[in-house]
Amino acid sequence: MQTTGTQGIDIDHIKDMATQIRRDVIRMIVGVGSGHPGGALGAAEIFAVLYGGVLRVNPLNLKDPHRDRFVLSNGHICAAFYSALSLAGFLPREELNTFRRLDSRLQGHPARVKLPDLVETSSGPLGQGFSVANGIALALKLDGSRGRVLCLVGDGEMQEGQVWEAIMTAAQHKLGNLTLIISYNGLQIDGEVRKVKDLMPLKAKFESFGWECAEADGHDVVSLQRAFMASPMVDPTGQEKPRAVIAYTVMGKGVPFMENKAMWHGSCPTPTQAEEALLAIGKAKGFEDYPVLSNRTMSKKKGGRK
Amino acid sequence: MIFEKPTPIRDGFGKALLELGEKNPRVVVLTADLSEAIRVHWFAEKYPKRFFQMGIAESDMMGTAAGLAVAGKIPFVTTFAAFATSLAHTPVRVSVAYNQANVKIATSHGGVCVGGDGATHQSIEDIALMRVLPGMTIVVPCDANEAYKATLVAAEYPGPLYLRLGRVATPIFTNGNTSFQIGKAQVLEQGTDLAIIACGAMVGVALEASNRLRQKGIHARVINMHTIKPIDQLAVVKAARECGAIVTIEEHSIIGGLGSAVTELVSEKCPVPVERVGVRDVFGESGEPDEILSKYGLTAQNLVGACRRVLNRLGRGRDV
Repeated sequence: MQTTGTQGIDIDHIKDMATQIRRDVIRMIVGVGSGHPGGALGAAEIFAVLYGGVLRVNPLNLKDPHRDRFVLSNGHICAAFYSALSLAGFLPREELNTFRRLDSRLQGHPARVKLPDLVETSSGPLGQGFSVANGIALALKLDGSRGRVLCLVGDGEMQEGQVWEAIMTAAQHKLGNLTLIISYNGLQIDGEVRKVKDLMPLKAKFESFGWECAEADGHDVVSLQRAFMASPMVDPTGQEKPRAVIAYTVMGKGVPFMENKAMWHGSCPTPTQAEEALLAIGKAKGFEDYPVLSNRTMSKKKGGRK
Repeated sequence: MIFEKPTPIRDGFGKALLELGEKNPRVVVLTADLSEAIRVHWFAEKYPKRFFQMGIAESDMMGTAAGLAVAGKIPFVTTFAAFATSLAHTPVRVSVAYNQANVKIATSHGGVCVGGDGATHQSIEDIALMRVLPGMTIVVPCDANEAYKATLVAAEYPGPLYLRLGRVATPIFTNGNTSFQIGKAQVLEQGTDLAIIACGAMVGVALEASNRLRQKGIHARVINMHTIKPIDQLAVVKAARECGAIVTIEEHSIIGGLGSAVTELVSEKCPVPVERVGVRDVFGESGEPDEILSKYGLTAQNLVGACRRVLNRLGRGRDV
C-alpha cells in the first residue's frame, strides 16, 4: 500500500530511503574504520525527507538559480548527507566507498572545494554553517530567487555563541526564505545536553528572538515534511519570519545498542557490531546497498565522477 | 578619484566602494557596527539594499559574507583588523579561506597607530594570521590612492583577499593614475647599496630614511611591497642580488608579517643579511600615534639604524 503525504510525496518511499541511509552510514563508517554514526543515524529521516522530495533540487540542473539550498552545519554527520546525495542521484553510489579516504571528494567533514555544486559550505567547527546559510538567504532575496535555504544544525552545536549571533541576524534581516532544522537528540560527546549546558526552553527562545518555531518528531516523515514545507509566517509589520524546526531525534536510531548512547557520537562499530546493526536496520525495499569496490578499483576511481 | 593631500588610507577604500557600487551590482558590503570608522557609510547611504549592518557579531558577519559569496556576490566585509582576523579567525579560516569564498576582508586599525585605544585595538598580528591561511591574498596599501586602486582591483580578483587599511591621515606617495597590480611591487626609489622593503604607512618612513641615507652617499632602493601574499618574489630576489642587503619595515610584529615573508624567501633563494624593523613581540599601548611609533621603534631614525646594522654585517656600515 502506498501512503502519500501532504504534498503528494510517497511516504513509504521516504521511509525506505531512511532505511538505506542507515545501512549506508554503518557500511561507510565500518568500511573506513572511523566516523560519526550516532548523529547520522538519528538524522536519517531528516535527510530522506529533504532529498526524497522537500528540496527543489535537480541533479541535471545544478546551477538553477531558483533551486533550494541545503547547508549542513553539523558537518560530522556527513555520512548520512553523502548517502542521501547518492540516493537522490547527485553522486555515484559506489563513490561512498571513498568516504574519509585519501583523494576522496567525501571528506570526513564536508568540503566545498571537493564538491562545489553540492556542498554549499565546508563545515566541521560547529556553529559556522548557519551564518553561511544566512548569507545565502540574503543573496537569494537580493536576486529575487524562489529558492529556499534549509540548514541543519545539531543540538549541542546550539551552545556555540555564533549560532545566537546568526539567530539574531536571520530575524533582523527577515529571512523568511530560511528554515533552520535542529536535530535534537539531547546528547553530545560529554553526555546529556541538559547537563553539559542546557538549551531549554528552546522553542520559547526562538520565539522570543523573533522566529517562528515548530516542533516535529524527527523520525516521523509526515511530521517532518509538514514542518519543512510550511509557508513562512509574517510578523505584525507584514514581514516574513525565519522558521526553526526542532526535530526530536534519537542518537543512533535504528540500531538498538547505539540508541541514546553518547559514546556513539564518534565511535566506529566493530565488524561484528556492524553486522548486528545492519540486521537491526533491515533491508530497504526500493534501494540497494552500494557495491563494495576493491582497493585497486577504488584508486582507479579516485575522486569519482569529475 | 585622486588624492593629493594627506588622507586616511581608509578614505580611498570608502570612495572606491562608491564607484564599485555603481559599476558592479555583485558588490555588497557588510559591517559590524563600524560603518563610519571604516568609511562604508558612503556606500550604505547610496546602496542601502546592498549594505548589511551585522551588529557587533564579527564571526557571524564573516560567515554571512561567505554565504553571500558562494551565492555569487562579492562581499566586502569590514571591521577593525584585530576583530576580523583574530576574533573571527575560525570563520575566516573555514567559511572563507577553506571554501575559497570570494570574500574581501577590509579592515582599519591595522598596526599601532590607532592611538589612544591601546593594545586591544592595535592589530600587530593580523598579517601573520592571514598569511598562514592557504589561498589568502594580502594587500596593504601605503596611501589613499593605492587603497582606492587596490579596492577596485580586489573586486575583480578572484578568491579571498585581506585588505589592511590604516586609520590616520597618511601622506600621498603614489600617483593616482598609475596602474596597480596585485603581487607586483613598486620601486619608489632606485639604488643598489641596500634595499628597504616597506608596506602600508611605513612606506613614508622608508622614504624619509632613504633621504637621510642619500645625504651620506648611500643609495637605498625603496620598494613598496603592497602585496604581502603572494609576495613579489622577483622583486625581492632581484633586490637581494643587486643590493646585497635588505631591511624590512612594517607596522606589524616582526613575526609572521612582511619581514618574515622577505626573510623566508631570501634565505631560500638568495641569502643576504636582512634586518627586520617592526613591533618586537610585544603588545602596544595607548598614546599619540607619533609617540607610539617612536617608542616601538618605527621611525626613520630606527630604520636608518637598522640599515647601518645590516651594512655593518657586510663591513660597509662605517659611512652611515
